[in-house]
Amino acid sequence: MVELWFGVAALCMTAYVVLDGFDLGAGTLHLLVARTDEERRQVLAAIGPFWDGNEVWLLATGGVLFVAFPSALAAGLSGFYFAIFLVLWCLILRGISIEFRSHVGDRLWRSAWDAVLGASSALLAILFGAALGNVVRGVPLGADGWFELPLFTDFSAREPVGILDWYTVLVGVFALVALSAHGAAFLTWKTTGAVRERSRLLAVPLAAGLAALWPVVTWGTVRANPAFFSSFTTRPLAWLCSTVALGGVVTILLGLRRRRFLTAFLGSCAFLAGLLGATATCLFPALLPSTRDAAFSITAHAASTDPTGLRVALGWAVVGFPLAITYFAVLFRLHRGPAVAAPDGEGY
Amino acid sequence: MGPEDPLLWHRLQFAFTIVYHYLFPQLTMGLALLIVVMKAAGLRTGDARWDDAARFWIRIFGINFAVGVVTGIPMEFQFGTNWARFAKFAGGIIGQTLAMEGVFAFFLESCFLGLLVWGERRLGRVGHFFAAVALFLGSWLSGYFIVATNAFMQHPSGHEIAADGTLRLADFGAFVFNPWALAQYAHTMVASVVTASFVVAAVGAYYTLQERHLEPARLFLRTGVLAGLAASVVVAFPTGDVQAKLVGRHQPVALAAMEGRFEGGPMAEISIIGQPNVRERRLDNPIRVPGMLSFLAYGHFHSYVRGLNEFPEEDWPDNIELLYYAFHIMVGLGTIFIGLMAIAVLLLPRRRLERSRPMLWILMLAFPFPYIANTAGWATAELGRQPWLVYGLLRTSEGSSPSVHAGTTLFTLIGFAGLYAVLGVLFLFLIGREIAHGPRAAGERAHG
Repeated sequence: MVELWFGVAALCMTAYVVLDGFDLGAGTLHLLVARTDEERRQVLAAIGPFWDGNEVWLLATGGVLFVAFPSALAAGLSGFYFAIFLVLWCLILRGISIEFRSHVGDRLWRSAWDAVLGASSALLAILFGAALGNVVRGVPLGADGWFELPLFTDFSAREPVGILDWYTVLVGVFALVALSAHGAAFLTWKTTGAVRERSRLLAVPLAAGLAALWPVVTWGTVRANPAFFSSFTTRPLAWLCSTVALGGVVTILLGLRRRRFLTAFLGSCAFLAGLLGATATCLFPALLPSTRDAAFSITAHAASTDPTGLRVALGWAVVGFPLAITYFAVLFRLHRGPAVAAPDGEGY
Repeated sequence: MGPEDPLLWHRLQFAFTIVYHYLFPQLTMGLALLIVVMKAAGLRTGDARWDDAARFWIRIFGINFAVGVVTGIPMEFQFGTNWARFAKFAGGIIGQTLAMEGVFAFFLESCFLGLLVWGERRLGRVGHFFAAVALFLGSWLSGYFIVATNAFMQHPSGHEIAADGTLRLADFGAFVFNPWALAQYAHTMVASVVTASFVVAAVGAYYTLQERHLEPARLFLRTGVLAGLAASVVVAFPTGDVQAKLVGRHQPVALAAMEGRFEGGPMAEISIIGQPNVRERRLDNPIRVPGMLSFLAYGHFHSYVRGLNEFPEEDWPDNIELLYYAFHIMVGLGTIFIGLMAIAVLLLPRRRLERSRPMLWILMLAFPFPYIANTAGWATAELGRQPWLVYGLLRTSEGSSPSVHAGTTLFTLIGFAGLYAVLGVLFLFLIGREIAHGPRAAGERAHG
């Protein structure tokens, strides 16, 4: 049961990164790939209908952790206090930049929101990457099950650790490149004309950069948390996920070259999903490893709700998640085909 | 609880962010119902004026909803950031409803919001009606899960205490269908319809006074005052009444504080006016109606109502004055709403309302008061719950995050204050533009 809920949480987070990842990436590249108002409205027409639903996967991940592993959620959110609020404020600014932009025709109004969208999306990609880096490296959990983290210390990834050090910043940059590549692949698939061409021209170097950075980040992980890969060899799921991720990178590059843009985007989805799957598999059973003593790590078994609660939650989850997936299917079906900028004032 | 105590700032930040957040859903939940009614009327009668009216309110709805979404995200996360010990203690239970809200309500709302706001042409008339229904269902489901979560904190039900001292689920049905949740949900949702109908009526009154958009203004006025009267009555009786009786039965110390009663006794009076004087343990300058409190809380004029003196001081709500004023503002405004909307409805036949300038002025200026009443109502519920975070099980002082300092929370509170001030200005600017522009017919361009 605990393994199952660890898997549900990992799947929700993967869904969040794959789905919100494309609108975060598209937002990051917004100012680069779309120059005129018409072009920018095309980008927003591509991500506008989806961003809010995509973001709900973040809330769903939080909800699943809350119900299944409350003490891990409590320790994690209170320990990362500052970083969480930075994320929340960016999410607020990003949401209104998409929703408010089209309501006023003024050029400055729109340019201002375009800039807010670009900046908050890029910052969020970096913050999410750094957050993942923190979880992989570990946090200074004590015997009492709580921790607090300064924003940064000496950038060494050793005790005393901070939220930012060379490793977490590296993962943050990697996340920015990965989500930008993901967004570029999405826009290449979903848009037309000049926006598609610019997205394609950006997607190629971004995907290549991704392929180059991946081994560097893996090397960094070995340095920052040598124990992290100890279970890798004995867990076939980790190999499978890594293979999927590798296949994903190859698919992005091949898809872009052969102008099979949906294939390239799906390759990017596979890369993100495979990488996160492998990370979660290696992490298990830890939810938050401790940098002080492995015994202080918060594990899924120690943090989990009692079996009754987990069983009850499974009862509604098997109804709820298929429903949610159905809504997404309807949404993607209704917005199939290339995104077209709506007439001014009648869409995003 | 001084400024060096993080608890004060944790409480202030949660109070500020939740009060600000709830300004938006309280309109959108009620408005979602009215939009469904307008879309249904348009479908049934084929009268395009209903579609035009719905289109106008959907635009207002969209802006409100967007702000509601972005200010709602921090709420779920603050349980973990600021109230970590509470999250750890009760997460196995309240995590159920919070996660269900995301899965059952937020996915539904977020997937169909864009289709409702921008998809009228793409979906056609029937499809667009169903998008409105989806938003209505999603937002009202969301309301239930949140109220059920709060109801558990007010009146825990369906739980047991595990060996490690945290709470665990014993009976899912008793938790989700907590009688407190059912009563509180009815009261809360009808109160949100009050807000929405006052806003719809106010915009109708505004256009009528300006002598423009007279056709839609008539629809707004009729819909607003009819829904407003129905909702204002139901919010008081039976829903408010049931809620008060639950407080009387399960939180007698909160009831005593809400009425500023220090001495217990039969034939308990309700105070119309008065100031609680906690130091001297009495109500100053009271004007009272004898027996009414006994009757309202327990159904008999002679019922004994306990006073604060009968409870240990450590179990008193910690801000009796604010609780007392919040409760009296809610009840007072609620009473006025019934009278106001009853007069407006009586003026509806033969279009007398549209010609009554004083009444139009009153309706136009009345729309902030349901917001005040809703806020005061929630303040009553939450201050009455003190000093408990989970009633009888966990004190508020035992629920905050152990690793977050006072200055840190003050910093994020100031951050929210600044961000939300900017957000409020932008929101009012956009809503002002929409109202200044007024309803438009299908196909009319938004920007000239």
